[in-house]
Amino acid sequence: MDVFSDPANFDEYTTGFLWILKLTAAGGFAAFVLGVVLAAMRVSPVPVLRGFGAAWVNLFRNTPLTLIIFFCYFGLYTNLGLVLSDELELNNFWLGVVGLAVYTAAFVCEAIRSGINTVDAGQAEAARAIGMTFFQNLRIVILPQAGRAVVAPLGSILIALCKNATIVGTIGLAESSNAMKNLINFNGDQVIPIFLVFAGTFAVVLIPTGYGFGWLANRLAVKR
Amino acid sequence: MSSTDAVLYDHPGPRAKARNAIMTVLFGIGLLALLYWIYAKFEEKNQWAGPLWEPFTQSTTWVDFILPGLWATVSAAAVAMVLSLVFGIVFAVGRLSEHWFISIPAGAVVEFFRAVPLLLLMFFIFYGIPFITYQPMSVFWAVVIGLTLYNGSVLAEAFRAGIRSVPRGQSEAAYAVGMRKGQVMQHILVPQAARAMLPVIVSQLVVLVKDTALGYIIGYSELLQMGVNNLGANFGNFVAAAMVAAVIYILLNWSLTSLAGYLERRTRRAGKAPGGAAPVGEEAGSAVVEPQG
Repeated sequence: MDVFSDPANFDEYTTGFLWILKLTAAGGFAAFVLGVVLAAMRVSPVPVLRGFGAAWVNLFRNTPLTLIIFFCYFGLYTNLGLVLSDELELNNFWLGVVGLAVYTAAFVCEAIRSGINTVDAGQAEAARAIGMTFFQNLRIVILPQAGRAVVAPLGSILIALCKNATIVGTIGLAESSNAMKNLINFNGDQVIPIFLVFAGTFAVVLIPTGYGFGWLANRLAVKR
Repeated sequence: MSSTDAVLYDHPGPRAKARNAIMTVLFGIGLLALLYWIYAKFEEKNQWAGPLWEPFTQSTTWVDFILPGLWATVSAAAVAMVLSLVFGIVFAVGRLSEHWFISIPAGAVVEFFRAVPLLLLMFFIFYGIPFITYQPMSVFWAVVIGLTLYNGSVLAEAFRAGIRSVPRGQSEAAYAVGMRKGQVMQHILVPQAARAMLPVIVSQLVVLVKDTALGYIIGYSELLQMGVNNLGANFGNFVAAAMVAAVIYILLNWSLTSLAGYLERRTRRAGKAPGGAAPVGEEAGSAVVEPQG
């Protein structure tokens, strides 16, 4: 554990995980909002909206995130000149958030859509019978019930998003996987402790998070 | 899906039809405007210029860059698929063992590798292990081992859910005819679980194919490296190359996904999947939608 007693190294470690946290928070929020909108599109009465939602999901779900993040940097930024922040590091951060969000939104959309499918058809029929419109039906009757069914899948998506945030390191953000690579390269004698600290931090945070979501999903589940 | 779509709104009457038509037109115009804006942006940066796209009509581009990359992607994915299936079955059975000294370590391994980002794992295998063994690590095996540990752990959980979904009567009957624990697992539980979990397994294989792209980061010459990085550097057509590579990935994964859908329909139609398939579907669903890079 000598490596981490050096303040510079410890600083690298904390900065790395701070970036991961920020990426997860920003990417998760954007992906959730985008995913809900896409899911609403996919079940809407308008064919163009349904087609758009389906195209988005099939396009982004089947493309590797590495390619998407890579494209955000070299495509959007270098070649097409999209600048999200004047500061280089923040610009990389926001480009990473864009990549994570468009990719994860496809999964959020599919999770919510399958959640909608778990709601009993009678609920929607009853709502229609008392004259609710599509949006009232979705907002008041379907989504609150679907929301309870999607807690577990959304939890796994959030966990995966947190792990995927390491990929943003490819475009030059000093997040935890890059920090680990650097520390390994300069401290070849302490490779295993370094790996165990970095991997352990992820495990210590993410394993309880997974069980937490499982518990919550069980508690909130609609008992039928 | 169509059944849900139909129950969410009434069959459109004249007014709803008119409203839907207006929405279609408005959104259609918006979409076309967006597409045109993207097109114009590309035009402005000269991304549609012929020389950037011309390389894709020449066979040397495909033979020198894209096909070797695709081959590297597919071969790493294929080896990792086989290994992770084996890893998954071994650890699923291990975690269900009645001996705590087997089930607890197996569970710990599975939980650990599921929680660690794959990229971190690959960095450790590729950059870290050589410091311990004093010999260079093959980048192919770094990718394959990383993929195996992560996807194998996810598959182990899927198999475990599958094995537990097989009705108890099956194993009770097997014990009643005198089978041993190992025989029950091998002849009764695993085959039925594998069948019930087939769609989940195929979906995880899609994840695995996408994850090979992480190999690019540690310098494995797969599709992203060859078809986007090297090709883009050679012809200065990065955006075009990335789009072509994306299309190849999408086609590859889309065909795997279609296979998963076909298998799911076939299993359902045959009606021979274990009775407890519904709760598994839910648990498995979380594995399916887990969007690892």
